[in-house]
Amino acid sequence: MSAPARSPQELQDTIAGGIGESPLRPDGTLKVRGEFAYSSDLWHEDMLWGATLRSPHPHARIVRLDVSRALAQPGVHAVLTHEDVPGENVYGLKYQDTPALAGDLVRYQGEPVAILAADHPEIARQALKEIVVEYDVLEPITDPERAAHDDTLPKLHPGGNLVRHQRIVKGDPAATADVVVSGVYEIGMQDQAFLGPESGLAVPAEDGGVDLYLATQWLHVDQRQTAKALGLPLEKVRLTLSGVGGAFGGREDLSMQIHSCMLALRTGRPVKMSYNRLESFFGHVHRHPAKMYYEHGATKDGELVYVRAKMYFDGGAYASKTPVVVGNGTTLSVGPYNVPNAHIEGWGVYTNNPTCGAMRGLGAVQPTYAYESQMDKLAAALGLDPAELRIRNAMSEGSTVVTGQVVDFPAPVAELVQRVRDLPLPPEPTGERDIRDLPGGASNTTHGEGVVRGIGYGVTIKNISYAEGLDDYSTARVRLEVIGGEPVALVHTAAAEVGQGLVTLQQQIARTELGLTRVSVHPADTSVGDAGSSSASRQTYVTGGAVRNACRAVADAVYALAALRLGRAVEGATLAGGKIVAADGEVVADLAELLGETAVEETREFHHRKTYPLDPETGQGDAHVQYGFSAHRAVVDVDLDLGLVKVVQLDCAQDVGKAMNPDAVVAQIQGGSAQGLGLAVMEEILVKDGKVRNPSFTDYLIPTILDMPPMRVDVLERPDPHAPYGVRGVGEPPTISATPAIANAIRAATGLELPRVPIRPEHITGT
Amino acid sequence: MRVNVTVNGEPRRADNVWEGESLLYVLRERLGLPGSKNACEQGECGSCTVYVDGVPAGACLVAAGQAEGRDVVTVEGLAEGDALDPVQESFVEQGAVQCGFCTPGLLVAAHDLIERVPEPSDVEIREALAGNLCRCTGYEKILDAVRDAAAKKALR
Ligand code: FES
Ligand code: FES
Repeated sequence: MSAPARSPQELQDTIAGGIGESPLRPDGTLKVRGEFAYSSDLWHEDMLWGATLRSPHPHARIVRLDVSRALAQPGVHAVLTHEDVPGENVYGLKYQDTPALAGDLVRYQGEPVAILAADHPEIARQALKEIVVEYDVLEPITDPERAAHDDTLPKLHPGGNLVRHQRIVKGDPAATADVVVSGVYEIGMQDQAFLGPESGLAVPAEDGGVDLYLATQWLHVDQRQTAKALGLPLEKVRLTLSGVGGAFGGREDLSMQIHSCMLALRTGRPVKMSYNRLESFFGHVHRHPAKMYYEHGATKDGELVYVRAKMYFDGGAYASKTPVVVGNGTTLSVGPYNVPNAHIEGWGVYTNNPTCGAMRGLGAVQPTYAYESQMDKLAAALGLDPAELRIRNAMSEGSTVVTGQVVDFPAPVAELVQRVRDLPLPPEPTGERDIRDLPGGASNTTHGEGVVRGIGYGVTIKNISYAEGLDDYSTARVRLEVIGGEPVALVHTAAAEVGQGLVTLQQQIARTELGLTRVSVHPADTSVGDAGSSSASRQTYVTGGAVRNACRAVADAVYALAALRLGRAVEGATLAGGKIVAADGEVVADLAELLGETAVEETREFHHRKTYPLDPETGQGDAHVQYGFSAHRAVVDVDLDLGLVKVVQLDCAQDVGKAMNPDAVVAQIQGGSAQGLGLAVMEEILVKDGKVRNPSFTDYLIPTILDMPPMRVDVLERPDPHAPYGVRGVGEPPTISATPAIANAIRAATGLELPRVPIRPEHITGT
Repeated sequence: MRVNVTVNGEPRRADNVWEGESLLYVLRERLGLPGSKNACEQGECGSCTVYVDGVPAGACLVAAGQAEGRDVVTVEGLAEGDALDPVQESFVEQGAVQCGFCTPGLLVAAHDLIERVPEPSDVEIREALAGNLCRCTGYEKILDAVRDAAAKKALR
């Protein structure tokens, strides 16, 4: 069968600009014209619509499942259950524990139980109601702390309810100090709330396989999991990335992949699935809520002596990324500070709450909120300025982190805090104020009376790329040929463009390395090697490195060709302006002439340097490749009577190693900061007894343009000698440090403890 | 039922439309115009914003039948041939597009704002776009784009 209409486009482009410049996105024009093919836009003649029946209960035994009535509906072409899963009915990113379709047990509200395909989405929706499922409803397990320690609870999985426990011990875990502060902090369940729904189109193929066009963050990991469930060899399950409307971690786990393929293979017709917003809230994993017990000890001068912490991460029904959250959470638990002694413990558990997995800032968001709250508490106890306390304890190049790893690359933490502290503050409000600038805005709830202002800081450290011993790599294929008399490079990787601008970056690298202007980006698919995930702030580093390596191999092939033609090797050859230039500046060949009809194509991988697992007892080990750092300063106005908060200004300083595309870097920092603001004051999936109370954009609030304040962004470039071009992952740190900066500013304004985010009006007014 | 509607200046007809279908569904799935986006289909995000008889509306909340005989302009209708509208140009140039899923709705809303208020202040821009969610950009570059588009339009 043919490819769908509106399929992913090759991104041609004539916009010049290499590394360090800010050329425009090659997909920008398509996007503003409404012509860019997102996964929910895919369409195929003869296609059917898939739909999913989900469990209404967080914990139940399925005692009867009867699909015959649904199947008898006119316009319904297939109704499938766990019995129809052709291969192994289990998948998972780290642990294989998630059924594609529930068997005898459902473990969370919204777990897929059956799927069907019909002529029209409305027929599909109606037919779902005809599927009979009888449940024996069970008591849900909802308290993560109990799930970690109480062996008398029912076991949700054969191995029990603990996904991972990690301890980290550094120095003297029982150290004592002059000044001690402690607190218990909680963080609610945040959602990625990407705008483009989970969607895709599965097209059955002649060879008995299937072609799946979809929005995802990692094509190959989807391919592996889907093929296993379909019982097909990898090469018969081919995936192509279509337009992705944001991801933020929420597309790391499977959603409609296996289901749409099962339906397509069963019906022999293309099947499109596209979740609506309600279903999207059930169809992807969320950020882990956490409860964290922290104690900090310091000298009278404000030097940290020890940190002790226990943290509980609620993983929900299936493991997803919980093991990584525990790893990141514990290894990043003391923040970007020098701490000689520490005793940290983290638990990730199974419950019957919604499954939690990857979200921007994975595992670092939770402890950063806690330790940055503690840093302010400590500053108050010491009578020190909060920024000053952070600067005094800031780690730097050569520091040893809590896992014993020595930081052998720049870590300008103190400078980031200084820089953000030194940015100009907004003017103090005087006289009559525009109510639209006040908390409550146009709803006219105050004219300034009862409004107090506060300033707060948040600083973070985030690991970049996959950790703890994973061989985390990417692959790129680069072809150079002459089209229309001009040398053109084509870059092909499986790396997912999810909005971050990777396609622009691939062009910039190819232009720089190959010294030419015209570069196209091939749609990402599984016909080229694995690129790993568009997550963990790793794609610029890893896929950027792979594109660089492939380009350099292409350049070497070109030099070899030139040597052959010229009968001599060219000393110190480089490529510039479509020509081969010798070290002395002499132009020795024109690329277009040299290549003629020949195309040069090379495929290369990039592997980052090795990391190592943590010692299970002490948590020591060189677990991380690289760290990113950012600092925020927030200024807030709070209406004490109504508990309303207006973030007046949010500024950020971040070290990016090398700003490959400075405008895009700033845009990542702005966007990430908005998500951190959301977590601070509004975003939470409310779960009661395992059930989600607010699965809609009416009730799950994300920041609007009225909620986001003006931002100043100060970008530092301290190259990491181990990274391609010196880059440092950018995407995650700003999300992480924005939240505590805002929480600390609200505390500074109100004098309240506020040990939980998001901070709601009632937390401020005490009602 | 059958729905007749003028879309981007062309009379169009959709047959066999179900009672419950929205204008958004008709545009995207029946008329082959997927530019207007389906982010929430609940009237909350603004991604599906189109002009209906010259007034911006959420196409997901307009029943297909209600569109009968109306004049609809979608994001696909903002450009004139190859020439982008200034708001489209500015969104690209100012980096206001990341994943771009919010973009079509924002473009229609911003286009309408500049038509009504040729020199909008920041507060006016923020108020006019408050019904359009964007998850990627943090809005700062969207503000830049709208300011820039207003300036461009003033020059034309
Ligand atoms: S899709 Fe219509 S408002 Fe969200
Ligand atoms: S650019 Fe992704 S939602 Fe706005």
